[in-house]
Order: sequence, then C-alpha cells, then structure tokens
Amino acid sequence: MVTEETSASAPKMCTRDVSVFYGEKKAVDTVSIDIPREFVTAFIGPSGCGKSTFLRALNRMNDTIASARVEGTIELDGEDIYRSKMDVVQLRARVGMVFQKPNPFPKSIFENIAYGPRIHGLAANKAELETIVEKSLRRAGLWDEVKDRLNDSGTALSGGQQQRLCIARAIAVQPEVILMDEPCSALDPIATAKIEELIDELRGRYAIVIVTHSMQQAARVSQRTAFFHLGRMVEYGHTSDIFTNPREERTKDYITGRYG
Amino acid sequence: MAEHTVKAFDEDITRLRGLIAEMGGLAELAIEEAMQALVNGDETLGEAVVARDKKLDALENEVDAMAVRTLALRAPMADDLREIIAALKIGGVLERIGDYSKNIAKRVGRIEGRSRFEPLTLLPAMGELAAEMVHDVLTAYAARDPVLAREVIERDAKVDAFYDSIFRNLVSYMVENPATISSAAHLLFIARNLERIGDHATNVAEMVHYSAVGTYPPDR
Repeated sequence: MVTEETSASAPKMCTRDVSVFYGEKKAVDTVSIDIPREFVTAFIGPSGCGKSTFLRALNRMNDTIASARVEGTIELDGEDIYRSKMDVVQLRARVGMVFQKPNPFPKSIFENIAYGPRIHGLAANKAELETIVEKSLRRAGLWDEVKDRLNDSGTALSGGQQQRLCIARAIAVQPEVILMDEPCSALDPIATAKIEELIDELRGRYAIVIVTHSMQQAARVSQRTAFFHLGRMVEYGHTSDIFTNPREERTKDYITGRYG
Repeated sequence: MAEHTVKAFDEDITRLRGLIAEMGGLAELAIEEAMQALVNGDETLGEAVVARDKKLDALENEVDAMAVRTLALRAPMADDLREIIAALKIGGVLERIGDYSKNIAKRVGRIEGRSRFEPLTLLPAMGELAAEMVHDVLTAYAARDPVLAREVIERDAKVDAFYDSIFRNLVSYMVENPATISSAAHLLFIARNLERIGDHATNVAEMVHYSAVGTYPPDR
C-alpha cells in the first residue's frame, strides 16, 4: 500500500463542472475533480451512477455517441481537450483506454501492439517497432508468456492474457493517462490478481483511472477514490479514508452494502 | 443504522456484539466476586471464579472465529470493518481481564493475618472502581457512545493513584515487619492486577471510540 499521502505535483487532468448528457438525460452532473499524475484513482458507485460515462468523457470516447453532449471543461496538463483544434486521435493516444471485455484485434499478437505505434509514426524502422512491441509486452507482464508465439492470433490468448495484451497495446503508444473501465470484471481471480499487480507496477509512470465494481479492488489498487451516485460525485478523497471512515452517509451506505 | 442488503451480515454483527456483551458481563462479575472472595476470605467463591474463567476463554474463541468468518465472507468496509476489528480486540482484552480476576481469586487463601492489613480496606474500593470502568465501557460499547468511552479513560488515573498509595502502604508494612512480606506481596500483586484491569478497560474504551467515530481518542 502506498503511504505517501500528498500529491506533490500539479494534477494530470482537471475537470470543472463537467456534465454529460445523452439527449435530454443528464448522466453526469457538474463533476469537478483533479486526477493526480502519480497515483491510481478509482471511480466507484452503483450501476448507472455515471462513473463510466464520466471516464469516457476524459478521452472523448463519448464523441462516438451521436446524442452525447459534454458541458464544462476537461483539461489535460492545462489544455482543454474539447477545444475545436484538438486532435482526437492524438488525444486518445495520450489518454489510452482499456475496456471491460478484452478486445484484441483479430490479428497477430505482434500486430496488436505494433498497430498503434505504426499509425502514430513512433517507429522509424522494423527494429524500432520490434523494440516497442517487446518493451510494451514486458511492461504489461506478458512477454515471457507470448515471446515464442508473437505471430499467433491475439484472440487465441486466454481472457487474462488478452486483457494484458490490451494494456500492452495502450502502453505501446506512450500514453500519459490510462483509463480502465472495469478491466477485471470478465476475468478469473488469478488473472485479476495479475492485472492488479500490473496496475501497481504501472503506477507512477502513467496516471491511471480505474472504474470498478469491486470495492475491495478499489481499496487494493488505488490511492484516491471518488464515489459517484445519481450522476454526481458525492465524495472524493484518500482511498484509505473512504474505506475506513467515509465522510458522507451515502458513501458509507454504499461501501458497507446498505445501499438501496 | 440502515440494514445491509445481505441480511445474514446484520445477523453476524448482532451475534458478535452479543458475544462481546456476554464476555463483558462475565468479566465484570469475575472482578466483583474475586474481590468479594478476597475480603471475606471465601475460598469457595474464589474457586468458583477460577472455574468460571474457562467460559470467558471459550467465548473469546467464539468471538475470534466469528470475526474471522465475517472478515472472510463479507469483506466489511468503513464502520462495519471498524466494528469487527474492535470486537476482535475487545474480546482479547476482556479475556485478559478475566485472567487478572482469576489471579486475584487464586490468592484468596494465601493472605495470613488479614485483619492487620490496612490495604484490605483500600483494595475493595479500588476493585469497585476497576469493575465500574469495565461496566461503563461495555455500556459505551452497547450504545456506541464515544463520550462515555472517554470518561472511562479519564477514570484510569484514579485507579493508578490507588495503586501508588497501596504500593507505598504495603512496602512500609514489609519494612516494619518482615513476617508480613509473603501476605503483603500477594496483596501487592492483587493491586497490580486491578491496576492492569483499569488499563485494559482503557484499551476497550479506545476501541469503542475508534469503532464509533473512526479515530482514537485524542490523548491516546
């Protein structure tokens, strides 16, 4: 468990009064939060509380939904990510995402990792590309398991390996922030433990935000926790405080299983 | 407090709290009867106190098993987590209080020339104070009352003062008349046991405070 309790540097991302609408429906209601660069931040809350919608607003993933509309400001290192000149493809490389269900491309393990660096022009030649692939797979803790079969299809891997492959793919384009939307909910306990271990190793190198339904997982992997309810952020603070002595009654009811 | 979605969780916690209350009642009774046996030289009562301590040991095991089970099955959070941790620790402390009372009860038959000792009039008052601390801290536990818990903690200073006074008193007996040393030593241990009971009641009070509000009392 991390003991350093204060965030020394400026936040990696800042949101101010962010609301997200699906048509008329307000799914996220005026959320303001600072995402620290050196910690893992967990978003928790019951289904439909807006945590995933808010997470997706952080790299403009909601742009792909026609009826979705975002109000308020979201800044990455002080830059407004919703400004008109923002390169969304570039943004999503800087703010990578890992989804609930592992979604490798139906291509080889190598190609799954190489695709991003290639389109972003991160490798000048084949050797450099191979270096990036190996480094990404190593960092995702998958290299030893796949190094002898890089040409096998990514979809042939086990669920846990596929998820680490997706994390390696996100890492390959040198992101600054990694968003994870329930990355372990489709995995067995051992694969889950490996992902959690990986998150811990990646912490500090990337700002990590994780949405999870497992309270214990949030308590284990994060240093900051935000509790969402009915589209609003009810409480945000040090994870240890949220789980041992939350300030808000609603947070307490939720994490102790008294909700609803 | 609202109920848990999983009803069995509420039942587990209620059961755990019931066990602690039962242990507390037995611990308090043990102090009172041990002191009563001592004052009256009642060895039969003393033996009964010793025998009944086994019940406290068994209850502590039950608290442990129940707490471990609840931690494993429910993975409690926030006030639930504090509740279970407090029960686990308080169970251990109450068992120790039982041991100190048992130790006092064991010494009942070993005090010779009882009428000579002035501390025999001081010790019951000290015992009453210690038993009261145990009684009140369990009231605080039952009511989740941090204010009463702090009151109990403050009372420990009085028990300590009793101990200092009895200590000086007994030492002067021993200096004046070495023939009293054996009995005086027993009384000294009894006073020491009561002093420790006061400390343990203080520990329980700290856990009650922690369980209720999430922090330890300020001048811990």
